[in-house]
Order: sequence, then C-alpha cells, then structure tokens
Amino acid sequence: MTEETIFDLLHSAVVDYVVQSDGKASENSIKADAKDEDLSKLEYIGFFTGYRMIERLTREMPRFKDELDTMKFICTDFWSAIYKKQIDNLRTNHLGVYVLQDNAFRFLTKLSNGKQYLDLAPRYVTFTCGVLRGCLANLGIESIVTAEIQTMPSCKFHIQVQRPC
Amino acid sequence: MSRASTRFDSKKVNSELVTLTYGALVAQMVKDAENTDDVGKQLERLGYNMGVRLIEDFLAKTGTGKCMDLKDTADKIQSAFKMYLGLQPNVSNWSPAGDEFSFLLDCNPLTDLVELPEDLKNLKYCNVICGAIRGALEMVQLDVHSWIIQDQLKGDPCTEIRVKFIRRLEDALPAGED
Repeated sequence: MTEETIFDLLHSAVVDYVVQSDGKASENSIKADAKDEDLSKLEYIGFFTGYRMIERLTREMPRFKDELDTMKFICTDFWSAIYKKQIDNLRTNHLGVYVLQDNAFRFLTKLSNGKQYLDLAPRYVTFTCGVLRGCLANLGIESIVTAEIQTMPSCKFHIQVQRPC
Repeated sequence: MSRASTRFDSKKVNSELVTLTYGALVAQMVKDAENTDDVGKQLERLGYNMGVRLIEDFLAKTGTGKCMDLKDTADKIQSAFKMYLGLQPNVSNWSPAGDEFSFLLDCNPLTDLVELPEDLKNLKYCNVICGAIRGALEMVQLDVHSWIIQDQLKGDPCTEIRVKFIRRLEDALPAGED
C-alpha cells in the first residue's frame, strides 16, 4: 500500500532519468529543440508497466466483448484506478482510431496552465502513452498511441489500432 | 461526477503501479548501465531527489516539529514508512554510541513480484529507500549515511536498512550577513 505522492515522485524521477540519460548523448540539441527529444525509453518503461499492470487487473474479469468494450474499460475503471478520474471524452471513427480526452490530466495539473511549459509537456505524457499501448497489447490489440496537448492541462491520446491486412 | 472506480481497490492498484513502474525503471537502468554498481548509485541518487521533495510533503501532512534526538528521528522515519509504503518496520540494533540504528522490513512493497536473476545478485535494488532517507534528513539538517545490510531479494530473512548519523548540518549564512 503506497501513498499516491510516491507515484507522482517516482514518475517525475523516471522522466528525469530518461531526459538526463539522453541529455548526455546529445548535450546541446535538447534546449534548442525540445520537440525532438528522444522519449522512446520513457515510452518503453510505460509499455512494460502497462503490460504487467493490466495482466494483474483483469485477471479475474470476463473477456471483453469487443474492441470498443476494451476501450470503455480503459476509459473508466482503469483510468480512475490510476489517474483518479475517468476519461472525459471518448471518440472513435469505428475504423480503429480512438481519441481519449482527459481535461485535467494528472501529471499536467501541477504545471502552469499557460503556454509556458507547453514544449516540455510531452515528457509528462509519454509514459502514459506507453502504459496505454502496453495495456492494449496485453489485451490483444496492437496499436500506436500518441498524445496531443493544445491547452494545459488537457490532453488527447490518439490510439490507432494496427489491423492485420 | 460519474461513477468512481468500482471494480478496483485503488490503494492496491496504486501500490502495484509503483512497484511495476519502479521495476521497469530498474530494468531500463540495468540495460543502460555498464555495471550493477552504477545502477545502485543511480538508484541512490534518484532516491535522494525523491527524499528531498518527500520531506516537504511529510512535514506538511503530519505537522511534526523538530527532532529532539536520533531516537525521535528514527520514530518519525518509522511513521513515514507507514505513511508512504504502508509498512511498519522495526527499529533495532542501536549501536552503543547511539548514532547508528537499523530498520527491519519484513515485507517490502518495492520488491513484490520481483526476483533477481543470477547475474544481478549484487544489484542493490532497494537503494532508492536509502537515498530517500538521506535526502529527506538532509533537508532537516541531518547528515546521515544509509545503506542496506540484509536484503530479502538475496535470500535474507528480512530487509535491513542501516542508518548512521554523521553530523548536524549548520545553516550557512550568506556572505556579508551576520
């Protein structure tokens, strides 16, 4: 049983670790162009966390009916267990693209609401992209997850399901 | 407000989330670093950074005042363990001089679901706790050294974290002020 604060601190420690270890590789380029930061390690850490997490959470649950049912589960139960609130809006084109919108994303609520830290925001959502991808992967859905932040602290996660041709 | 989490015990989920995230991080570090000692050091640093920030949260939530002596400090860290990791370690093995003591943890949420492979047997997996203790105490002007003596991951019956008091830190006055 651990306090929530620990997870917040751990998350920022993970972000720091990844940013620093990449910073060593390309010292100068970081500040110049924050958008090009390589956050793939962070995504990877998230992926494994999500992959293992969902395995434990859904152990005693009946199988999901279909893809949409899985997404609904992620938006409600899963999200509120981890991010303390549900996803505010779920949209889909029924062709494998889902957009999950969270109007007050847990890791962004502690940053300024203005534009000040907008370029740094990707650091704080990449882990979650990985978590989502990991969860879906272990539920049998291969996907690509990206995040889009227009105004803080709201965040849209785009999930694109990869279908076998 | 829509329906809250009904299916899961959110405390338990949070605890597992921490365990798994930490595990994934350590795995990544092991992959990045050349040797396991480096990983131990990095984990200690990471813990230090967390401790520095965690102490503020602890003081704000508990409203504790200054520690009278090291026994008092040990008690307070014990309550911090309870608050943040949900466990109650025993404080024991005081040194005769009263400047060293141990926390004995019989279970450790960080090491749930964890097993160390043979080639990583000397990895100090829980070093983050040592770092956190050091960082937190530094913010209340106590310089301590903290390390792991026994580790359940290495087959010991419990995890033992040793804390040694080094000195009291004095506030340094800014130059030119008296």
